[in-house]
Amino acid sequence: MGSLSTKHRPYFWTSTGKKFLMAVSGLALVGFIVGHLIGNLQMFLGQEAVNRYAAFLKSTGELLWVARLGLIAMVLTHIVTAVSLALENAAARPVGYAAKTYKEATYASRTMKVSGLIVLAFLGYHLPHFTLLVTHPEYHHLLDDRGRHDVYSMVVMGFQVPWISGFYIFGTFLLGMHLTHGIYSMFQSLGFQTIILRKRIRPAAIAAGWLLFLGFASIPLGVLAGLIQLPSGGLVP
Amino acid sequence: MTLDSKIPSGPIAEKWDKHKFDMKLVNPANKRRYSVIVVGSGLAGASAAASLAEMGYKVKCFCYQDSPRRAHSIAAQGGINAAKNYQNDGDSVQRLFYDTVKGGDFRAREANVYRLAQVSANVIDQCVAQGVPFAREYGGLLSNRSFGGALVSRTFYARGQTGQQLLLGAYQALERQIGLGNVQMFPRTEMLDLVVVNGQARGIVVRNLVTGSIESHAADAVVLGTGGYSNVFFLSTNAKNCNTTAIWRAHKKGAYMANPCYTQIHPTCIPQSGDHQSKLTLMSESLRNDGRVWVPKMPGDARAPGDIPETDRDYYLERLYPTYGNLAPRDISSRAAKRVCDEGRGVGPGGRGVYLDFAEAIKRLGEHVVRERYGNLFDMYERITGENPYKAPMRIYPAVHYTMGGLWVDYNLMSNLPGLHVIGEANFSDHGANRLGASALMQGLADGYFVLPYTIGHYFASVKRDPVTIDHPEFKKAEESVRTQINRLLSIRGKRTVLSFHRELGKIMWDECGMARTEASLKKALELIPALRDEFWKNVMVTGEGADFNQALEHAGRVADYFEFAELLCADALHRNESCGGHFREEYQTEEGEAQRDDANFAYVAAWEHKGVGQPAVLHKEPLAFETVHLQQRSYK
Amino acid sequence: MNLTLRVWRQKKASEPGRLVDYPARDISPDMSFLEMLDVVNEGLIQQGQEPIAFDSDCREGICGMCSLVINGVPHGGHQATATCQLHMRHFHDGQTITIEPWRAKAFPVVKDCVCDRSSFDRVIQAGGFVSVGTGGTPDANTLPISKKDSDRAMDAAQCIGCGACVAACRNASAMLFVAAKVSHLAQLPQGKVEAADRVQAMVAQMDAEGFGNCSNQSECEAVCPKEISVDFIAQLNREYLKTVIK
Repeated sequence: MGSLSTKHRPYFWTSTGKKFLMAVSGLALVGFIVGHLIGNLQMFLGQEAVNRYAAFLKSTGELLWVARLGLIAMVLTHIVTAVSLALENAAARPVGYAAKTYKEATYASRTMKVSGLIVLAFLGYHLPHFTLLVTHPEYHHLLDDRGRHDVYSMVVMGFQVPWISGFYIFGTFLLGMHLTHGIYSMFQSLGFQTIILRKRIRPAAIAAGWLLFLGFASIPLGVLAGLIQLPSGGLVP
Repeated sequence: MTLDSKIPSGPIAEKWDKHKFDMKLVNPANKRRYSVIVVGSGLAGASAAASLAEMGYKVKCFCYQDSPRRAHSIAAQGGINAAKNYQNDGDSVQRLFYDTVKGGDFRAREANVYRLAQVSANVIDQCVAQGVPFAREYGGLLSNRSFGGALVSRTFYARGQTGQQLLLGAYQALERQIGLGNVQMFPRTEMLDLVVVNGQARGIVVRNLVTGSIESHAADAVVLGTGGYSNVFFLSTNAKNCNTTAIWRAHKKGAYMANPCYTQIHPTCIPQSGDHQSKLTLMSESLRNDGRVWVPKMPGDARAPGDIPETDRDYYLERLYPTYGNLAPRDISSRAAKRVCDEGRGVGPGGRGVYLDFAEAIKRLGEHVVRERYGNLFDMYERITGENPYKAPMRIYPAVHYTMGGLWVDYNLMSNLPGLHVIGEANFSDHGANRLGASALMQGLADGYFVLPYTIGHYFASVKRDPVTIDHPEFKKAEESVRTQINRLLSIRGKRTVLSFHRELGKIMWDECGMARTEASLKKALELIPALRDEFWKNVMVTGEGADFNQALEHAGRVADYFEFAELLCADALHRNESCGGHFREEYQTEEGEAQRDDANFAYVAAWEHKGVGQPAVLHKEPLAFETVHLQQRSYK
Repeated sequence: MNLTLRVWRQKKASEPGRLVDYPARDISPDMSFLEMLDVVNEGLIQQGQEPIAFDSDCREGICGMCSLVINGVPHGGHQATATCQLHMRHFHDGQTITIEPWRAKAFPVVKDCVCDRSSFDRVIQAGGFVSVGTGGTPDANTLPISKKDSDRAMDAAQCIGCGACVAACRNASAMLFVAAKVSHLAQLPQGKVEAADRVQAMVAQMDAEGFGNCSNQSECEAVCPKEISVDFIAQLNREYLKTVIK
């Protein structure tokens, strides 16, 4: 067909292909986030539920690492593609407008780069904080009465510090905002959108973003409000 | 010089087939060696350029717009006729032929019109194959509607954007050939002269509108598909930059201009809102399928339309032409509107308007059906006027829309200058003195897809040409004259803008040579035009430089040509002592005010030869023989 | 009414441009935006200054030639309205109006508010057509097409190629333009034959021209004078993905 001697880029490295990569990696990350939230919400069920769940995850051994590596791959794909898209987009308009008014683009959609970067920075604290336990090495020694790592108490202790709670709420707010546009965009980039679907997907994506934010934020808020407390038996040193 | 129309012998239904067989063919292997210049990229130009390139010719195509997709064919709304008889309502090639000859008030060449009707069906097939999304019925077959001047439904349409879709089809075919390297496209390039070598059209001189450089292009044949000259009236439905420059400069190089006085006034345009108006907007004639045209019975009735009861309304088209009613042909409807406005019964600002009322249709069909059929036109009306046509009737008034005259061509679409072919609205050939609705698109595409590609090969195979390059002295001479004119325009530095001259010329043309003409008004125009032209050349202000993107200079060159052309138009109108179609001389009308033809003295094509600016052009006549259709007075009663 | 125009003036592509203020006096609300500019240009010419260069042709919203960013919105931002059909009744006395050209690497400025959109033509050249030559086509009614498909194809085919979608997009992406042509032809049986090659070739050319990428913000749809839906972008993505599966 095309008679122009245009050099074709690799299939997934065209503008359309990259949007596909963003959507697929985004889909995987949304899947993880939903799972993560469901796990987290067990905080409201108490110490036993949370610690049992944490121990179960740990017990999967290699499988957990497969999942983690998969996640890391998705995050990297999302970031590398996003950087490439952002660079191309910046180059596509060398001279900007003196006046620019947006009619349709939402605030969330216009701040995807910023919200994405801040969420990344948030991860930079969140992982050392709760997963790697770098920031608070003393968390290593928290054990519950069955000798499991006392994840429940760790989280409560963490969120009892107001600025840490505030930072988590802020981070998850930006994540939720990122997703109000991200989830909608995913359907569009994967080509699932139709005239009938769009009317529903758009509000559904906004609802999903807010729900995820509220879900995540409910835990530090719950701790601060005293709804989630340290076990009455005190800590086992 | 005698005008040989080269109409093939034999019965009319067999002429084209016979001619196709008789024409010489070019060996496919040799086609690469023939080059063609196509000026204009509308329906005619784009379809011709694409078809010729597909056949193997080397094609260069030129347009003044930034892309061939923007040619003014794109603005045609209503539809395209074809003798398909899909509706089983008695249509046939013969009937389309007959309607077109009669609609043209018996001033078209029968053989051309018959061929047009014959290939009309192929045009639809071609467009559908290209992916033109014509309207369809629920069963999946093509839908048709009826149009002014016909009693059958033979018009194919794509919403209110038929011209756009057909043009995009031709544009895509053209772009495909550009991509394949078979057509070299020159957008933002304006033809400023035709180059004639040894009596043959061998090239053009153009101005690159971005850099301002003057360039020559040589070829074995030149094809002009540059549209009509409605903008000589300044206000018309044509695009702002449509111009007569290409055909006028070809005329000055020896091509005859035929029937320039045949100008069509379209009855359904949005009335002018003030002196600032830069163009008029047409609304498809298809509106007349469901809209009813009326004015108050009493002159000066200032009531709002809704307050005027039925008994005080005059549905004058239905009253005067009961058979055709609101679907009477364009010239007849337009003049009827002018008459009622002249009687003081016009509506809207200045009293130059009549109502087009959809209240009855909305009641009969429901608003949703009306919206489905005409929604985009109603929206357009509201955008321009700020009035809601679902609530109050539209106001419409006639405006210049199409020009039937143009460069004279023979049956092969070649002008009297060998090698110069003219297609689409730029030639005079198929519509006589009046064009029927939905026939312009048909003619443009028929010429470009199915006529010119055959006949140009015949020219190549049968006429000997010497090799010519752009170094030939004729090219240098033409370039020099183009440069001289540009420098002259830039050096006047007077007080008046080009636009003000154009506006004044247009007013003269509309007042003295518009919908109705008289000997006195034409004589007056012929005094006013040269005087204004002289002032133009003394007092025009053109800013900027020649070697630059300079829109004021482009406009100045076009208006300069309009001044010369306008004079010929009026001279033609003055010489034609009869009324026919779009040419209405008040002295020649029936008792009921209809056009009164004079077949004994004027059944001919008037082809004018240029003898110099300000000099009277010399008339050549091509007699019109009506062998198949019998001459009669047109009646749509 | 009286207005102040803040207009982008740029001699040519290679020279930098700047915004210059011009008064626009005695403007009638019935004028179109371009007629208002005509009036301003008349005044400039009479003072011996070069008029503001801007593109326009049909002035009835269909040719796609006009192209002004008015107060930050391509075509001025009235529903389904191109600049040439925008009327001054939407502005108020004393208002300052900023007028700029389309801005994109793939649409370089020619002069003032005129830009070069030939990149769109090259995208069409890459595959925006059905590969049929003139002649030899079957009777138009041998191929029934459902009214639904035909209407949807027409919805996409209405694109006038003005480039407002690119101008409005934060990324100067041409996705809506490309999507409209891909969808128009993919929707019809005539175009399905080459659908896979077409979408690949057109996307490749779009990228080669230096347009940005789609971020699904629908800014294009909001300014499109023909209201082409971003659903066609989803269709483009779908058509593109289908070419892997095949």
